[in-house]
Amino acid sequence: MSKRIDVKNLDIYYGAFHAVKNVSMTIEPRSVTAFIGPSGCGKSTVLRTLNRMHEVIPGAYTTGEVLMDDKNLYAKDTDPVDVRRQVGMVFQRPNPFPTMSIRENVLAGVTLNSKRLSKSAADELAEQSLRGANLWTEVKDRLDRPGSGLSGGQQQRLCIARAIAVQPEVILMDEPCSALDPISTLAIEDLINELKSDYTVVIVTHNMQQAARVSDRTGFFNLEATGMPGELVEMDDTQKIFSNPSKPATEDYISGRFG
Amino acid sequence: MSLDTAPTPPQERKQRKLSEIEGVELEVVRASSNRLSLLALGGAAVLLVLLVVLGLNPALALVAAFVVYLGVVFVAYRNTAGPRVARDHVFRGLVGAAFVLAVVPLLSLLWTVVSQGGPTLVDPAFLNQTMNGVTGLQDQATQRDGAPLIGGAYHAVIGTLVITGIAALISVPIGVFTAIFLVEYQPKGRVSQVIRFLVDVMTGIPSIVAGLFAFALWAVLFGIGTKNGFAGAVALSVLMISTVVRNSEEMLRIVPNELREASLALGVPKWRTIAKVVLPTAASGLASGVTLAIARVIGETAPLLVAVGYARGLNVDPSQGPMNTLAVYAYYMFTKPLSPGFREPSLDRAWAAALMLVLIVVVLNLSARVIAKAFAPKTGR
Amino acid sequence: MSATTAPETPPQQHGKPTKRPGDVLFRGLSTASAFSILLILAGVAIFLVSEALPVFGADPAEVTGGEGFVSYVWPLIFGTLVASLIAMVVATPVAVGIALFVSHYAPKRLGTAIGFVIDLLAAVPSVVFGMWGFQVFAPRLVPFFTWLSDNLGFLPFFETASRTGRTILTASLVLAVMILPIITAVSREVFLQTPRLHEEAALALGATQWEMIRTAVLPFGKPGVIGGTMLGLGRALGETMAVAIILSPGVFTWNLIDSGNITVPAEIALNFPEAAGLRLSELIAAGLVLFGITLGVNLLARWVVNRRAEFSGAN
Repeated sequence: MSKRIDVKNLDIYYGAFHAVKNVSMTIEPRSVTAFIGPSGCGKSTVLRTLNRMHEVIPGAYTTGEVLMDDKNLYAKDTDPVDVRRQVGMVFQRPNPFPTMSIRENVLAGVTLNSKRLSKSAADELAEQSLRGANLWTEVKDRLDRPGSGLSGGQQQRLCIARAIAVQPEVILMDEPCSALDPISTLAIEDLINELKSDYTVVIVTHNMQQAARVSDRTGFFNLEATGMPGELVEMDDTQKIFSNPSKPATEDYISGRFG
Repeated sequence: MSLDTAPTPPQERKQRKLSEIEGVELEVVRASSNRLSLLALGGAAVLLVLLVVLGLNPALALVAAFVVYLGVVFVAYRNTAGPRVARDHVFRGLVGAAFVLAVVPLLSLLWTVVSQGGPTLVDPAFLNQTMNGVTGLQDQATQRDGAPLIGGAYHAVIGTLVITGIAALISVPIGVFTAIFLVEYQPKGRVSQVIRFLVDVMTGIPSIVAGLFAFALWAVLFGIGTKNGFAGAVALSVLMISTVVRNSEEMLRIVPNELREASLALGVPKWRTIAKVVLPTAASGLASGVTLAIARVIGETAPLLVAVGYARGLNVDPSQGPMNTLAVYAYYMFTKPLSPGFREPSLDRAWAAALMLVLIVVVLNLSARVIAKAFAPKTGR
Repeated sequence: MSATTAPETPPQQHGKPTKRPGDVLFRGLSTASAFSILLILAGVAIFLVSEALPVFGADPAEVTGGEGFVSYVWPLIFGTLVASLIAMVVATPVAVGIALFVSHYAPKRLGTAIGFVIDLLAAVPSVVFGMWGFQVFAPRLVPFFTWLSDNLGFLPFFETASRTGRTILTASLVLAVMILPIITAVSREVFLQTPRLHEEAALALGATQWEMIRTAVLPFGKPGVIGGTMLGLGRALGETMAVAIILSPGVFTWNLIDSGNITVPAEIALNFPEAAGLRLSELIAAGLVLFGITLGVNLLARWVVNRRAEFSGAN
């Protein structure tokens, strides 16, 4: 588990609209990388190209390469379905399947991706995934209850459990705390910190304090004007970005809103 | 909103890999292109042509070719990309087939109506004459000797307009005012719940039952067996009111509350607010809803058969005896031809009436769309 | 109206006490219209019952069939149920397929166009369906019926085959085409409402498109599809002209591919114009029974659609 990602000269288009321009970066394994930047700068779009989820929108396409341990995710012989199994994703709002129980939710991905799943294996996987998401003790007595009955923060951890149950190489998080209260946010941030010992984590956040708290490296995205493509301004160790960024645009953004 | 319960303290995370856990067998998806399914589709098309040329029933050949296509696609994708992708492609094929399966009868129906009814519909006799005095002899002459068609649906067109018009006059006020009651005066509460429920019940009344109701009502009021245009209009109203209420309620509901409040805040009385602000804002939606409701009842046959009866000649007085309408006309011409030995002219008239009905319905539906789009207020939601 | 007003206190109480004639008139008209719905429905029930009553007091020997109303009406009800259920079973999977095609497979613009065409199909008058079924569809089915009776003739449903195709199965299939638009429209609506979040959740777990539909779309849409199916069933039960034109009626039989059987509404339509006296009461009573059945089905549909189980709905 946990692979390194190299993005090379990535351009993203939605039909005729050029959304993101010429992004190149390296995402280290077993680390947390944060994407920050103003709204509409393409950070979520870039995140979604890491597991080809942007293809859900008709007309979306990319040029350039995304390499996961030197294997191009956009190669002809790679299926998006397989990419998404290896690169899990957690969304802005918790989205457990409403018709499934907690247990079924955790196992949803494994059930999809396996030919055979014995009861004992399912039990073990459900438990280890829920433990991995720091949720086990809270839900172990009500695994057969609907996932929608949990609080927002618990639902989001359930979604993380669901993502890690298939044991992806990379976990993408698209503003995972934006719909949560501060205490739940703290729980998720703690969890992210623990997850990086096993996974490559990439997180998009609006909250710069959060980026400073959880990430090892930070990428700052910006766009020159609305209608212009977004681009990666700079990417460096989080420490450096927040203390001594090399680009003035980053400095403006950080100092303008930080603290 | 309650805050989170305290998160679980970090635990020792002993994660066993999926490959280490016994009882999990992963099913990997390999890349595949759509070329295989296109190839299979082409093959199936060739097979279809071949089977038809060999003399197999076309419908059967189509089914056979489709089954072969599904089988080939399944095997091909299972071997290249894995069973999950194969299943995906099979279901894609099934969904496409469902679509084709629905389109085939639709096209067949439209083609039949147009090709059978078209020539007669443009015959001036059809639109200008009634069936008064027309007998099997004329039809015999038309079919056997090529004499021009005599006898048309003029009276049925008029009857349809009169009866549907009266039905609209009854049901539009009742329907719109009921919707006003539901949206403006009693937005919630037990009373409106009951009314909404009753409207639902009304939606489910079978059309023939509505006809029986009108017949029974007239029997009590005017003596058993009284059939006239008004009875038909009442029957259609029973079917129409519920549609008008539902469509209107929806339209009034999307009028923004700010408009009402703005008007009320200026000291405008409530009824004037409704009449001058709410209704004009919703006007295009209301009009389009009424148009759809008319389209729904204009082709009704059963209730009119029961409540209005069948007239051979023109009758424009809805209070005096049977009238004719297009749908009933088509039904009688189709099932009871004037001359059993020479059915063609009667069938032609039936199909022409059917085509006319279909055209009316299509035009009404399209104009409902146009009205709703063109005159929609810019509410900017 | 202010949001703080409690629903049970009418606005006049803390508004102006003066009543304008316009307000009184408008409110009166609206209230009267709303209550006229109640009156109409009560009227439907009362007048049907009053005209149907004679048949229940009549000498059983005078009722058609000579054995009283119940034995007259049950084969009709049975025929109605058989035809409608076949129509429902045939139409539902096809309708769900079309709805999925429109909502999740076809490009958006094509989907909208197809949706409009399907709506038009719903508006085609039933008499036209009947004529088409009689003249075009029924003859096409004859070879199929012959094949069925040749190969599956040992089953009671397929004993002998009609040569005209005017059978209860033909009528059922035409009914299936007729109720297709309703089921499709309702299903399409709920499928389109599937929260994007749930679809993306499934896709992000590595689901194929079909697996995504099975995991996110179908469970979400299930109550809607069931409700739409019941609405379609209600429509099929009350459908008159198509059956009246297509079916060559007869006494009750298990055989689906030969003439025989009849449905309640078709029986009424075929016999009403010439009926008089007790026969009229019989037919009206049969209509009353039909009303009861469709009412039951529609209430059930409503209940299913409105039911909010804890394992359903978006959050």
